[in-house]
Amino acid sequence: MEAILEQAKKSAEAAEVFSVSSEETQVHFEANRLKHLQTKQQTSLALRVIRQGRLGYAITTSPDDYKSLVDNAVETSRFGMEAKFELPLASTYPPIEVLSPDVESVSIEAMVELGEKLIAAVAGHTPGIICEAEVSRGEVSVRLVNSRGGQAAYRKSYFRFGIEGNLTKGTDMLFVGDSHSSCRAVLEPGIVIDNVVQQLEMARSQATVATKSLPVVFTPHGVASALVMPLMAAFNGKTVLEGASPLGQKLGEEVFDRKFQLWDDATVSLRPSSRPCDDEGMPSQRTPLIEAGKVAGFFYDLQTAALAGTRSTGNGSRGHGGLPAPSASAFVIAPGDTTFNDMVGDIREGLVVEQLMGAGQGNILGGDFSGNVLLGYKVENGKIVGRVKDTMVSGNVYQALKESIALGRDVRWVDAFLHTPHIYCPSISVASKG
Amino acid sequence: MPLQNVARELAELLKGSQADYVEAHLEESQTSHLLYRGRELESVGRSEAAGGNVRAMVKGGWGFVCFDRFDDLRGRVEMAIRQARLVGLETSQLASVPPVVDRVEAGLERDPVTIPLAEKKQLLDEYNEIIWQQPEIQTSSIGYGDSRKRSIYLNSQGSFIEQERADISLRIAAVAVRDGDVQQAGLSVGTRGDLAPMRKLHQEVEHLSRHVVALLSAPQAKGGEYTVVLDPVLAGVFVHEAFGHLSESDFVYENEHLRELMKLGKRFGGRELNIMDTAALPGLRGSYRYDDEGVPAARTYLIREGELVGRLHSRETAAKMKEKPTGNARAISYRYPPIVRMSNTYIEPGKVSFADMIGDIKEGIYAKNWYGGTTSMEMFTFSAGEAYLIRNGKIAEALRPVVLTGNVFDTLKNIDAIGDDLDMNEGGGCGKAGQMPLPVSNGSPHIRIRRCLVGGR
Repeated sequence: MEAILEQAKKSAEAAEVFSVSSEETQVHFEANRLKHLQTKQQTSLALRVIRQGRLGYAITTSPDDYKSLVDNAVETSRFGMEAKFELPLASTYPPIEVLSPDVESVSIEAMVELGEKLIAAVAGHTPGIICEAEVSRGEVSVRLVNSRGGQAAYRKSYFRFGIEGNLTKGTDMLFVGDSHSSCRAVLEPGIVIDNVVQQLEMARSQATVATKSLPVVFTPHGVASALVMPLMAAFNGKTVLEGASPLGQKLGEEVFDRKFQLWDDATVSLRPSSRPCDDEGMPSQRTPLIEAGKVAGFFYDLQTAALAGTRSTGNGSRGHGGLPAPSASAFVIAPGDTTFNDMVGDIREGLVVEQLMGAGQGNILGGDFSGNVLLGYKVENGKIVGRVKDTMVSGNVYQALKESIALGRDVRWVDAFLHTPHIYCPSISVASKG
Repeated sequence: MPLQNVARELAELLKGSQADYVEAHLEESQTSHLLYRGRELESVGRSEAAGGNVRAMVKGGWGFVCFDRFDDLRGRVEMAIRQARLVGLETSQLASVPPVVDRVEAGLERDPVTIPLAEKKQLLDEYNEIIWQQPEIQTSSIGYGDSRKRSIYLNSQGSFIEQERADISLRIAAVAVRDGDVQQAGLSVGTRGDLAPMRKLHQEVEHLSRHVVALLSAPQAKGGEYTVVLDPVLAGVFVHEAFGHLSESDFVYENEHLRELMKLGKRFGGRELNIMDTAALPGLRGSYRYDDEGVPAARTYLIREGELVGRLHSRETAAKMKEKPTGNARAISYRYPPIVRMSNTYIEPGKVSFADMIGDIKEGIYAKNWYGGTTSMEMFTFSAGEAYLIRNGKIAEALRPVVLTGNVFDTLKNIDAIGDDLDMNEGGGCGKAGQMPLPVSNGSPHIRIRRCLVGGR
């Protein structure tokens, strides 16, 4: 990497070399049986240069051939954006625990056994269910050096397992599922099994719902599938800089219910979304976004922060072969004091939404969400009475989270990117096939 | 080391392998991209990738190893076989396909990746300029990407296939803001490596930028059931989501209930409904000569005269369901094993003119262009880029974009008119099992659906 940096410095004022390599092993079960075993090794090396004040960029999987990497980066700098920032100097990073040696030593047999336990428990509960399950472990190693002496290197491990069940009766298909991930090896599948069994229990019978506005409880999965994508777009410093965020002009204003607190956090120990620094070498931090219902901040990378006249929040991420851009690390929503049972108990007629399908396909920037309830339950007189189908739930996050919401007491991680309680919204538009 | 030499070395290793079946994929690709956010060319870059994989089958179990370095090929083949052996407990079943030795060129006059970035930039600048001529435009985004890929497929049964392909995709979006209200609209197009069609979008871009501003004063649809007319682009997304994914037999083949539910001969729609998937049409984004298991492309009717008559297969699903292989095993890159995917999927044209289709609708929705779509097999959603009210047989005012939903077991039956104007949509890409975006195309004539559920407030 140092050699590439030296080579790049010959034709550019500043340069940065970033490399990621990873190895992942995965066992996959199909139709309740072990089916695939995979090992993936990947390496990529990216070069960013600032030449005559402009940014150039190139990426390759073959680090040996670094001449064309340097040439490509120099070629693209002719058209690149003017660099408004300086690459970071050497700094110390917060000690964030993301590497656990026990992950590497988990045997394939132990991973197979974990998958078998998951399937046995779910299929044992509901005969006839067809499950896919996956158990994977991996390690990622990241290195970064730049021409101002900045450098970073860290290794991260992860372990993940999940199950999806499909129960088909006649033309009716029910999908249930959950997953769990950590930087540490977790060989006890209990949490995931309990959640899937609970979904199956609540979906046991079917119910119908009328077309009207109703109170809706979003479970943590429901929050992830319906409400979070618009917020991730609106708090992105780049959306704000472009004037396309509905929250851009509202820093310090009370836009949400006072109980609503949200921050971005790349520092939680043992979380796969955490890291000591971002992909530009800026230290990771916890960034407040909503405090007591007020807009408290946005998240930035180096360039966007410089253009906006503020500081990077350590959210520079490299997407699919492109330049770093601001991206959420992990959104954390603070818990409240209401239990799920109390939320449901309070509803005369309403819905619990666990999975909203297609909600990310509308006007995300405007805050809209609209989707089909893939998994959700009808509530009548404080009780869950069955699963609803052929039902659409539509709304706008800025109206839905404005007031009178209730937040659950218990919180959990959903995939790697969200830590949230249940959220109760008093009035959401529901449309159903009559 | 040149890809050819790696392939020859692998071919020798595969010959003597101790597995029921082994295949390898090798790949070299170059890409370039330009990304505008607002008026700034925010990201421009080039990438190169090379790598490969080995996939082995032993007693019905699969092992898969992918790599970015071409060293220790023997070790990688052995590892894939060892993994497959750990998994396999039954018998391997693969539809038999004659071994093929062939070479397929990309057939391009000009490799899109090598076209100077300045030339691509100039074109995108023109489009951006058109967008920014409208008042109340807050920002725009233009994402252009092209790729050229050379791949070699070989297997333990003697196949050795070299294929080249190129791909271009372009997405243009505009955002308008008034008093904190944000509206967005976009268009998405693609080609099989030919830049020429991408140079003729000036009118579309102007329409897009006018439309997004008009959305600021457009009302939201009220949620409920409507008679809906879909344009060919959105109807293409509809057929892809509503039926295409359900035809991918990796979802069905191991599931007794689904096999029963998806029995050939089952009625899904009216007699006018014919749905085809084929990779054998030249020049479309979902086209290829051979799939990623070395099976030649075929023409597969999924629905004929309203009845289920076929489905899409890999070699394994075809063998297990005792049907013919259709050449639909595809992987987005060497980093993934091939899985059952669509190619070019479309509803065949009928006889109804657009005027007749909307003529007797008192109140309905005309939905155009796509924004997205997804499916759970039984239920699916798809979202329109543009929507208009239909009132008394005429297209009336614009609505804000709508999300539509349906249930495969009744929505296809509710199609009561099929237009005479087939058109293919080549924008976007398909995602499945973490493999995204795969170049596909889909299409349809205009279609009319009764009692379609539309989300709204």
